[in-house]
Amino acid sequence: MTPFTTLTAPAIPLRLANVDTDQLLPGRFLRKPRSDGYDNYLFHDIRRGRDGTLRADFPLNDPCYADAPILVADRNFGGGSSREGAVYALVDRGIRAVIAPSFGDIFYSNATKNGLLPIRLPIDIVERIWAIAEADPSAPLTIDLAAQTVRLANAEPVRFEIDAFQRACLLEGRDDIDLTLAHADAISSFETSDRASRRWRAPSA
Amino acid sequence: MDQSRRSGVETPLRCGYCPTMITPTTLFEKIWRQHRIVERDDGQTLLWIDRHLCHEGSFHAFDKLARSGRPVRRPDLTFAFADHYVPTRDRSAGARDPEIATMIRLLGENTARHGVRLFGLGDPDQGIVHVVAPELGLTQPGLTLVCGDSHTSTHGAFGALAFGIGASEVSHVLATQSLWQKRPRTLRVTVDGRLGPHVSAKDLILAVIARIGADGAAGHVVEYAGEAIRALPMEARMTVCNMTIEAGGRAGLIAPDDTTFDWLHGRRYAPKGADWDAAVADWRGLVSDTGASFDREVRLDGASIAPTVTWGTSPENAVPVTDRVPDPEAEGDPGRRATLAAAVDYMGLIPGMPITDITVDRVFIGSCTNARIEDLRIAAGVLKGRRATVPTMVVPGSSAVKRQAETEGLDRVFIDAGAEWLESGCSMCAATNGDMVAPGQRCASTTNRNFRGRQGPGARTHLMSPAMAAAAAVTGRITDVRLLGETA
Ligand code: SF4
Repeated sequence: MTPFTTLTAPAIPLRLANVDTDQLLPGRFLRKPRSDGYDNYLFHDIRRGRDGTLRADFPLNDPCYADAPILVADRNFGGGSSREGAVYALVDRGIRAVIAPSFGDIFYSNATKNGLLPIRLPIDIVERIWAIAEADPSAPLTIDLAAQTVRLANAEPVRFEIDAFQRACLLEGRDDIDLTLAHADAISSFETSDRASRRWRAPSA
Repeated sequence: MDQSRRSGVETPLRCGYCPTMITPTTLFEKIWRQHRIVERDDGQTLLWIDRHLCHEGSFHAFDKLARSGRPVRRPDLTFAFADHYVPTRDRSAGARDPEIATMIRLLGENTARHGVRLFGLGDPDQGIVHVVAPELGLTQPGLTLVCGDSHTSTHGAFGALAFGIGASEVSHVLATQSLWQKRPRTLRVTVDGRLGPHVSAKDLILAVIARIGADGAAGHVVEYAGEAIRALPMEARMTVCNMTIEAGGRAGLIAPDDTTFDWLHGRRYAPKGADWDAAVADWRGLVSDTGASFDREVRLDGASIAPTVTWGTSPENAVPVTDRVPDPEAEGDPGRRATLAAAVDYMGLIPGMPITDITVDRVFIGSCTNARIEDLRIAAGVLKGRRATVPTMVVPGSSAVKRQAETEGLDRVFIDAGAEWLESGCSMCAATNGDMVAPGQRCASTTNRNFRGRQGPGARTHLMSPAMAAAAAVTGRITDVRLLGETA
């Protein structure tokens, strides 16, 4: 996966709470192979009006934000299903970071495994970013993952929290299976001792 | 930096003040400690996974595994189910849509390649993964169980630590039979008293979600306790744990008890003979000790819960059936006002209208939330001798549930009421198999998500219990099932 270190770029304001994974990627596109690219399915249904045409009032349809790689939304972003396709759709559209007051747990974890940085920030800061991005769609935000900060325009940097392990994986763009296999002996000895002490756990048909 | 502690053997937690006293421990903590392979200083823990369940959607993870050239470490602990894409009508020709047929075929190929047991389209035990795994006795107290599906929380009803994971994590579990997790926080939801007549587990969990919000349990494992929970049969406990994810919870848990053991005894993959006795002796210890502390506590009075339905586009938009659609103008916060207004608009409702004035175009009784035998008995109880006035589909949660229902004659009740009696699968819950609610149509549904477009583009979903969905089928509008006797 692509490492995430720093990013200075404009943001897309999305004033919506509970943007669930069915809105990010409707279920009927889950059967598409990843090699096709998922960007066309991102927000497929909510980007369109009832007649199927793209809605002018949806920020991701606004040409001003066409190249902005940061999405800023309200609470509970990515709640719902475990579909990693919701993350693929964002990544394939070129989104590198999502800022919101809270995230669905599974979405958050899926994001970190695909080079997409989820950033939890309090709602008052999210509101400031919305206001800036709406006033000037080219206004850049600077995200520094190593320092765990987001800086808006000329303001002081704001710190965000992220788990140290997830941060390291993102910074290095590393696959955690390799890391786990370094613990192969510990896994094997656990397997052996657990089998001996709790025999009933093996499925017995 | 890592590997500060290893554990295969548990050491009891001792109290810091009085070393002879054992610190009271939560059920979650007990299961977590039993599965800890490596714990790192940064708080990440490598957990052993006892059961891994797959479905058609696991193809991304199998692809990833294939690209890395790794084998499945424990195919004997991995079980696969065809559910999300299976046709619910005429199965003789398989799925008609070529893309959907490919999903079912890929699951067959991937499981065959790795020697994983598949409960496929033609299998007598086919059905929704979260219905079939418990039925077969694969779900047991004290296990860690994962699946690439958020409603894996269902299995917590047995006192198993069960949670949904994404495709990257699925491939990690396939390759290593383990998973890195950060210790979640704990929330105990205690429901005192008894539920009223016609009030079910679905109403209970919708009331909980309305209280704490769709992200109210984010980062938490939720243990359900109290008299109302203890009184629930296993099917109802599964409904409660199933929808824990709709409150944002990582997992739901209910301490196993005799209800659990009686339900599990004799099932195909459950322990047998002396192993069964040893297992039950161990399982009886899987309770939160008196005095164990939780990061948060929430209490509800079971007797005050009414039949509950959702009006909006998030499960937190749940209200008693006796209530009204909220008026966004009455909301002071501008952000919340806009969110409410957008939901009212999408749902095509009038602010302030009574919930029971909402007419429905169709009814769906199905899904891993509410399509077990108990649910079908309740729905049939309401429909018996009555007619559905709107198109109604009944989709059993598993092929075994379907057979059982037919043995009991429930299929006749549904068919005589004019409902469709179909083959088991996810069907209209997420519309992945092509069973969809038409744009703008309104569906009374026993499923778990009322998200925009969940049941098809432009579909409007009202979540409710099987009894309430059956009542809506009879009257064609949202109806308080407690009053149906008088109005019918
Ligand atoms: S029934 Fe619905 S919620 Fe359950 S596994 Fe199938 S699609 Fe998911």
